[in-house]
Amino acid sequence: MAEKNQLHVTFRDEDLDSLRRQMLSFARLQLDDEHLAEDAVQEALAGALKNASSFSRQSTLKTWVFSILRKKIADVLRGQYREPVREACKDCASDDDELFDGRGHWQAGATPRRWGNTHELADSTQFWQVFDTCLEALPAEQARVFMMREFIELDSAEICASLELSTSNLHVLLHRARLKLRACLSDHWFQ
Amino acid sequence: MLSCEQATRLLSESQERPLTLSEKMNLKVHTAMCSGCREFGRQLSSLRMLIQDEKTSEQESDKN
Repeated sequence: MAEKNQLHVTFRDEDLDSLRRQMLSFARLQLDDEHLAEDAVQEALAGALKNASSFSRQSTLKTWVFSILRKKIADVLRGQYREPVREACKDCASDDDELFDGRGHWQAGATPRRWGNTHELADSTQFWQVFDTCLEALPAEQARVFMMREFIELDSAEICASLELSTSNLHVLLHRARLKLRACLSDHWFQ
Repeated sequence: MLSCEQATRLLSESQERPLTLSEKMNLKVHTAMCSGCREFGRQLSSLRMLIQDEKTSEQESDKN
């Protein structure tokens, strides 16, 4: 509680509530379990509060808690290898009509164009905010496998075993996740 | 000749497994002519590098 008060000095209640809601919706997307999601958010917030006084701007705090939250979720997912059977590949159905035409060629306007300089982009708080928003916009299963593959660096076999997916389903999900993520980043960051 | 959808699928899978020789050949033929798929491949590499950089800097800030 003392830690909470420390944060209130710098941030308004409604801003904190809003931040917490955003974190929860992000965590729920990655973790199918409401309690696990709540726990991850609480732990991430508690971790961030320790350093709350050093954040001069809200955006800095938000990026900081989200980077902690991503790590918490990664820890939970690593421990989830023996979860019960999940509904197999609910996001495998094709939904890329807006990207490709009937012959499988890029739709007009969807063709990837050169991204600008990505040098030192990893240090940009704004970029990771856009990234998180784009990740949240993906269908849940696609976001989850992308996260497991790229952030936690599990290999295909580990992810397939964990989620009871076939290798081919996993590759479909990753393909769709990457198509949409790069499209979203192109629209909202690299335009 | 691959469609762009198939080419991007192979580009994505090349991050998961080594492509076969014929897959590589087909992909090379396609990307030689298709700038969109060429950029898609570059962007996948950029994404992976960005995430690596971000994790490295997170680990460094953990130590402080």
